[in-house]
Amino acid sequence: MSTNSQLGNRKLIIGGFFCLIIVIYLCRLFYIQVIDPQYKLDAEKNAFRYMTEYPVRGYIYDRKGKLLVFNAPSYDLMVIPRETKGCDTIGVCEVLQITKQEYLKRMKKACQAPNSPRKESIFEKQMSAKTYAALQEKLYRFKGFFVQKRTVRRYPKPIAAHLLGYVGEIGKEQAEKDPYYKEGDYIGITGLERSYEDVLRGKKGTQIAITDVHNKIIGRYMDGKYDTLAIAGKALYCTIDRDLQEYGEKLMQGKKGAIVAIEPSTGEILCLVSGPSYDPNLLVGGKERSKNFTKLYYDSLNRPLFNRALTAMYPPGSIFKLIDALIAQNDGLINRNTVYPCQMGYPPMGGKPKCHAHGGGKNLTGSIAASCNSYYSYVFREIVDQRKYPNFIDGYNHWRDVVKTFGPGTRLGTDLPYDKPGNVPSVEYYNKVFGKNGWRSNTIVSLGIGQAELTLVPLQMANVVATIANRGYYFTPHSIKGVGIDRKLDKRFKVKHYVAVQDQTAYLNVIDGMQGALEPGGTAFTNRLKDIVVCGKTGTAQNPHGDDHAVFLAFAPRENPKIAIACIVENAGFGNTWSAPIVTLMIEKYLKGKTERPEVEKRMLEGDLITKNNKKDAIKIKHH
Amino acid sequence: MARNENSIFYGVDRVTLVVYVLLVIMGWLNIYAAVYNEEHQNIFDTTQKYGKQLIWIGGAAVIAFTILLIDANFYTAFAYGFYGFFLAMNILVLFLGKEIKGSHSWFRFGSAGIQPAEFMKFATGLALAKFLSNQNIIINQQFRLRLKDLIKNYKNTVFALLFIVVPLILIIKLQNETGLAIVFIAFIIVLYREGLSVGFLIFGLLTAILFVVALIVTSISGLLITMAVIAASAFLFIRRSRKNLMLVIIVFIAASGVVLTTNYVYNHLEDHQKVRIDVLLGRGTVDLKKEGYNVNQAKIAIGSGGFIGKGYLQGTQTKYDFVPEQDTDFIFCTVGEEWGFVGSTVVIFLELFLILRVIFLAERQRSDFSRIYGYGVASVLFFHLAVNIGMTIGLMPVIGIPLPFFSYGGSSLWSFTILLFIFIKLDSNRLLILR
Repeated sequence: MSTNSQLGNRKLIIGGFFCLIIVIYLCRLFYIQVIDPQYKLDAEKNAFRYMTEYPVRGYIYDRKGKLLVFNAPSYDLMVIPRETKGCDTIGVCEVLQITKQEYLKRMKKACQAPNSPRKESIFEKQMSAKTYAALQEKLYRFKGFFVQKRTVRRYPKPIAAHLLGYVGEIGKEQAEKDPYYKEGDYIGITGLERSYEDVLRGKKGTQIAITDVHNKIIGRYMDGKYDTLAIAGKALYCTIDRDLQEYGEKLMQGKKGAIVAIEPSTGEILCLVSGPSYDPNLLVGGKERSKNFTKLYYDSLNRPLFNRALTAMYPPGSIFKLIDALIAQNDGLINRNTVYPCQMGYPPMGGKPKCHAHGGGKNLTGSIAASCNSYYSYVFREIVDQRKYPNFIDGYNHWRDVVKTFGPGTRLGTDLPYDKPGNVPSVEYYNKVFGKNGWRSNTIVSLGIGQAELTLVPLQMANVVATIANRGYYFTPHSIKGVGIDRKLDKRFKVKHYVAVQDQTAYLNVIDGMQGALEPGGTAFTNRLKDIVVCGKTGTAQNPHGDDHAVFLAFAPRENPKIAIACIVENAGFGNTWSAPIVTLMIEKYLKGKTERPEVEKRMLEGDLITKNNKKDAIKIKHH
Repeated sequence: MARNENSIFYGVDRVTLVVYVLLVIMGWLNIYAAVYNEEHQNIFDTTQKYGKQLIWIGGAAVIAFTILLIDANFYTAFAYGFYGFFLAMNILVLFLGKEIKGSHSWFRFGSAGIQPAEFMKFATGLALAKFLSNQNIIINQQFRLRLKDLIKNYKNTVFALLFIVVPLILIIKLQNETGLAIVFIAFIIVLYREGLSVGFLIFGLLTAILFVVALIVTSISGLLITMAVIAASAFLFIRRSRKNLMLVIIVFIAASGVVLTTNYVYNHLEDHQKVRIDVLLGRGTVDLKKEGYNVNQAKIAIGSGGFIGKGYLQGTQTKYDFVPEQDTDFIFCTVGEEWGFVGSTVVIFLELFLILRVIFLAERQRSDFSRIYGYGVASVLFFHLAVNIGMTIGLMPVIGIPLPFFSYGGSSLWSFTILLFIFIKLDSNRLLILR
């Protein structure tokens, strides 16, 4: 205990230290509470009301500066429940045309968490202009209510719904995660509106009003020193050609499928059509919006909300022969003069896969122009079974790897959300299906003509033809030229992606063949254009869902190609019957600004395959 | 009531008890005022915080009675046990607890939650008391800075520090609860009372001052001047002996080290912590609407109270929610606004009185254990008082810790009750045994 007695005076030091601090605090308190008048003055004008000012969302323009999306004003009726004492309740009900029960229900919702009687919440969303006008006259009698101005999206032309996407109320979870948003705010949900939300949305502003104890606004806090102005969203300059997009959508009326066009020299998407589409103006506004959305969502026959251009995975069919031809030439297995026999089918396997009558064995260019199935069965097996590789598994993997450099099998990484990767089946997959050692190159020979499990989304098809047009490379397809006035573009869209085939003669031969497809003896001869050299390839994709899909892809003109385009029309039969006319019309429209084949155009515009196919299905069901 | 030796109130210090009850009641009245609105006036409405606080107070009463019922030996015998148990809970909460606003310190039970870190305070107090009350453990009273001495002479001090530092680091680093963790620093006062040289405290204090100066003075020349002043004063202070010249140089180098690392440390703080330091020191541009908002609003609320206040439930600043966290960490704003300087002084004096009373009681103990624990209680309570009120009047950075017995919240009220009542129980036995 000797230590304790030595340390005895420390209790005084500690106690004294405690008292000293408290004395300092009391002095400070005396100063701010009694002496300094500043805080009392502050308190008198300290009742703030924060008012959010919503920024104008950025406009979207097409590649030529034509307007695609703009904003129209819209008005939300807001309420602060605890301030509604003495409000003309019946008046509010009359103006909004709601019952008293509905009024009470909404008021209750505004009081409960996460809302609060002291905070503003939305009472009526996006009032019509008429309601707003009627309301404004009487607003002074509706205590606790005020109008919040926002904007809604509008579209001068009812086109490009899938590409542009739509804006909607933010989900609860997302609003909690991101501090920028609060519940009830709007956010881009799909398409460009989603991809470029950060750019388009701008920045919310806040105005701080001072209110007195009775909650009347008496001025602005610090003369608006701490107010922030809303900063308008930046404009987007889209790569889409509005006229081409509109024309494409017209052509796709009554058809299921997609058209995707790309400018090969830049990777810019010129049009992205998915049929059937819908009028984007349907998905704006309050009540109307949800009604329309439900209607579109449950249209299981047409599935108009389904973006076929990016997410529908189709078997490519004969267009895939182009890639086979490139790979085989690059590997030195065939050349321009290589001829393979065709006996209405692939002879080594008893005429399967089947072929059509095109007059005997063809050379390379002829086989593309005439789309010979037998030829590409040979070519595919040559590639897979080539001596360079110890076994066909390695050969197959080689084929698959090269194919994948063209895009299929992976998401292209475009700036549009939700694109699908397509499918190039793996060795593991076939081992599972046929058993290990249970398959050979002949088992999967139909891959060579773009059938079997092989699938691509239309965007990938367009990318393949753009790559051929560029003779060996592509830019990642993207849909904006730039953001804001200085039109900034992400660097990743300026990178050339070289594919694994770089043999320029190979490209020359394939392109000759594609040109041949639109010349006498070619599969798309009837769709040739007088003054533009179009290089194309037809495809007729067998599928488990009904009649064959008609596929056509092309680029034009042959030298310095300006447009690479792919079109698929579901259950339409031969590529040349439906897809090739659409593609060539689009090329005319884009390169010349007009079309000169009225009878073809008329047939395309009036063709209603959906109704026809539905009727057929109905008959089928009857027969069953 | 306490005449009968079998009564649980036998030997209980009634003064402490009365002050405790007064503080809890005043706390509740102010929580009611802070949350008050016209729509909910029923005090038993448990959807409102004042209704819930009544439940917490009831629970606190039960806890207090239970503590008084248990034999005092229980607390001494299981001092390490408590420490080990709550340390384990604090680790467990990292895995089983729910993350709330980046903090991993809560066990949730439906809408209620418990922070084991709150209970670490009394457990640390007990364990420290147990350790230091051992006859063989003596805290070295000398002040030496050489590493050799550190190992040889300060083994016990370092051990005692470990009791404090382990929960501190655990809570600050892993649970991400700066406010809860920083309280453990208060136990240094206990070490001081038990013999820690004042030299270390001054050393620590100087480092802190240097840190603050380095933050305020940003120009290089300013820093150089500061360093020169430090070197000169150190030299003047111990110029007598040549041997001490070495020390001056060491101090100077150490001080330079502090100054040079200041920016590094500052840059590695969390953003909100940086902002709080900036607000306190008036660094850079403080936007009163954003980062400076809390403190400015707190000052306005308190300042507008004037000498006698606006009257109960008449405060406009707190009533209209201008002050954030006004029922928990910023409860003192309600006091300041509605009861004025007079009321604030009463509350602060009551808190201070309770703390000094605990020191007084601690000093009359025959058992070292009780005394040391008592100092732990007083230090923790004072730390909360000083930091909590300091931040509302702009003398301390904003650190989220409650005002003892006053702020809303079950965990804090219960943990303060346990902390205090274990001491009251120990004190009630002071005449019976020598521990």
